[in-house]
Amino acid sequence: MFGKLSLSAIPSHEPITMTAVAGSVVLGLVILALITYYRKWTYLYKEWLTSLDHKKIGIMYIILALVMLLRGFSDALLMRGQQALAAGGSLGYLAPDHFNQIFSAHGSIMIIFMAMPFLVGLMNIVVPQQIGARDVAFPFLNSLSLWLTAAGALLVMVSLGVGEFSKVGWSGYAPLSGIEYSPDVGVDYWIWAFQIAGIGSTLSGINFLVTIMTMRAPGMTAMRLPLFVWTTFFTMVLVVWAFPVLTAALALLTLDRYLGMHFFTNTLGGNQMLYVNLFWTWGHPEVYIVILPAFGIFSEVVATFSGKRLFGYASMVWATAVITILSFSVWMHHFFTMGASPNVNLFFGIATMLIAIPTGVKTFNWLFTMYRGRIRFTTPMYWTLGFIVSFAIGGASGVMLSIPSADFVLHNSLFLIGHFHSVLIPGALFGFFAGYYYWFPKAIGFRLKENWGRRAFWCWLVGFYLAFVPLYVLGFMGMPRRLAHYADLTWHPYLLVAALGAAVIMLGIVCQGIQLLVSIKERRALEDRTGDPWDGRTLEWMTASPAPVYNFPKIPVINEIDAFMDMKEKGIAYERPDRYSDIEMPKNAPHGLILGGLAFLFGFAVVWHIWWLAIVAALGILFTVIARSMDDDIHYVIPAADVERIENERYRQLAAVAK
Amino acid sequence: MMTTDASTISIAHIEEAAHPDTVAMQTFGFWLYLMSDLILFATLFATYAVLGHNYAGGPTGKELFELPYVLGETLLLLFSSVSCGLVMLAVHNEIQKRVLIGLVVTFLLGLGFVSMEILEFRSLIAQGYGPDRSAFLSSYFTLVGTHGAHVTFGLIWMAVMIGQVAVKGLTYPVQSRLMRLSMFWHFLDIVWIGIFSVVYLMGVM
Repeated sequence: MFGKLSLSAIPSHEPITMTAVAGSVVLGLVILALITYYRKWTYLYKEWLTSLDHKKIGIMYIILALVMLLRGFSDALLMRGQQALAAGGSLGYLAPDHFNQIFSAHGSIMIIFMAMPFLVGLMNIVVPQQIGARDVAFPFLNSLSLWLTAAGALLVMVSLGVGEFSKVGWSGYAPLSGIEYSPDVGVDYWIWAFQIAGIGSTLSGINFLVTIMTMRAPGMTAMRLPLFVWTTFFTMVLVVWAFPVLTAALALLTLDRYLGMHFFTNTLGGNQMLYVNLFWTWGHPEVYIVILPAFGIFSEVVATFSGKRLFGYASMVWATAVITILSFSVWMHHFFTMGASPNVNLFFGIATMLIAIPTGVKTFNWLFTMYRGRIRFTTPMYWTLGFIVSFAIGGASGVMLSIPSADFVLHNSLFLIGHFHSVLIPGALFGFFAGYYYWFPKAIGFRLKENWGRRAFWCWLVGFYLAFVPLYVLGFMGMPRRLAHYADLTWHPYLLVAALGAAVIMLGIVCQGIQLLVSIKERRALEDRTGDPWDGRTLEWMTASPAPVYNFPKIPVINEIDAFMDMKEKGIAYERPDRYSDIEMPKNAPHGLILGGLAFLFGFAVVWHIWWLAIVAALGILFTVIARSMDDDIHYVIPAADVERIENERYRQLAAVAK
Repeated sequence: MMTTDASTISIAHIEEAAHPDTVAMQTFGFWLYLMSDLILFATLFATYAVLGHNYAGGPTGKELFELPYVLGETLLLLFSSVSCGLVMLAVHNEIQKRVLIGLVVTFLLGLGFVSMEILEFRSLIAQGYGPDRSAFLSSYFTLVGTHGAHVTFGLIWMAVMIGQVAVKGLTYPVQSRLMRLSMFWHFLDIVWIGIFSVVYLMGVM
């Protein structure tokens, strides 16, 4: 009846896990109780969970990302704490089995369930408004992508309390991840969480490519697109090219595990390195999938707060294109030690070094944009400056690792961990934070308090250096990654500093939490009534904050790069149209939410081999898709009179601010 | 039926910015989906290329494959593509009855293909040459089976469309769905040509 699932799946003998489970369950129950107490279920269901509005979907993505950031960061704290204690005679507080689950979950969560939802969320809020569109190309698909991602995240969270998570690292190398060496459900949780969320990402990729290709406002030609739109475009090209490879690789691993096939096994002709190649064929582009959008955000922020057009716009676009293409020719640098011939290693080493060139072009463009600009030191700008300095270090250590002979020495050491955290934290996460502060007023309607934002930034920056510079040193001293315990006491002081760094980062996260609460409390004072709180340059600042459901009452006509700045300079930014017309918008639909729920059920059922439930969920998915496809009445019309009423209110508010 | 050349997109973009041409957008989106699906198949082809000779003491393709049988399968699928093309001509001329007949014929031909494939798989497994016998057979069953699963999904889709044409008639949304279905069907045909050449023809050589 319940497959492999029984009460013994609950890790009741693990006090740390049970505390985390109890905490999550209690927190979840409190939230549910509050929603019930304030009678917000109908509101939540009608206005949010079933919404097809890209702005609301974006906000929900970012909430998911922030929740998963907390989870992933808790894992990081546990690891840093363990390594600070478990030296020599002390074993620390985590058993090796548990430690392995924690580092696997940390990587999986941070990449797939923190970075991915964060960047797709920002794209959702911003891209349609930046190109002068009213929605994305396929609003329903957008909602489906969100709920598939959420279903995957939920699977990871459930693995905390029911069964266990993968112990073989976020990359799941075979044959360790095969059934012979990992017979329990951990790897299955990992597979299905990735698989379900990955399908959601592929659909997002298709959606945004079509949106950017076909829904730009008249006059918004390719070389007038805001840079964030360009980086979104190339990111989504990477998603559509790369994610199917992950889907296939995971499917093959699944067949090995479930049907006894021999793709990656030790016996009967399996080939383990095939898995590693397939994984990184997706995995390396994935690095650029999370970092390119951040590059776009930095470009927007730098231009706005320097009060200048972005320096070297065309070279920025081409640099992004070159990175996109090169990102598919470097995957083997993740395993130079595989044993390929020196010529092969050399090819991939040189291709890797080449990526530093377009990236350097970008860095200089950001610097030259600031040169002679009137720089305003707002929080988004702090994150951008912190990024430029720190990312240079991560990039330089990457060029070191790209030399195959050096990589043989540094491979699998903490030097590598130092390297990729110093590209991904400043490169991706600082960018998402910059975007979060920059577009928060656009999405929500009020700014975030600057003072707490600066405190958060300094904690993050200082904590980041404390946490990761020691790892470079430890790498040179020969410390491998993923150690639950070590005997060499000379490593200990460095790991204490790294643990201190993690604690300082935690202070930064606390500051961000306080900032959010304080800002909500003082939202009247922080309210953005113009829709353009930063003197912005691109179209999203033309709409009200938050924008009405249709974004633009009349689709603007574009004549320049930085279209909105151009309109402000010509004095036509806030011109009233002669008349308003009816606007057709997509109706809300529950199918995305239902499909996400069914995908979660399906994932849970196959993890535990509960076959009847898997069949029921699969049939449910099929019938929900068919039901949705039958529905031809998926739009509703906002009458011109309503548009006029909303816009009159907006102009009244603008006039009040001008006084 | 190819409607997504650059000119359509730019026209849709310039004239219809306020009301984007949803059918052109859906077609374009579907092209992108097919492209991503093709990458999935490419991965499976690459896997087959790497593992296709790892027989592990088990049978080789030369011993297992019966070309005449596979040719029969291939012809069923190719003729289903022809009838699918005729369906689209009938859609273009808006002759509902011919659309329905064409869809039923396509469905039956596709069903014949899938049935033959299932029988082939069953006989292999019955002889003890299932996908767990060797890496070669794992990659063979997975590549061919993934294609078969796609055809099966196409059959379900086709059954739904037969229902929609019968109930709703050839409305604009129904026509656009039929167009994407035919794109999907032809796409599977092309993938099958790849499988026939790489797996079966090269396998018996």
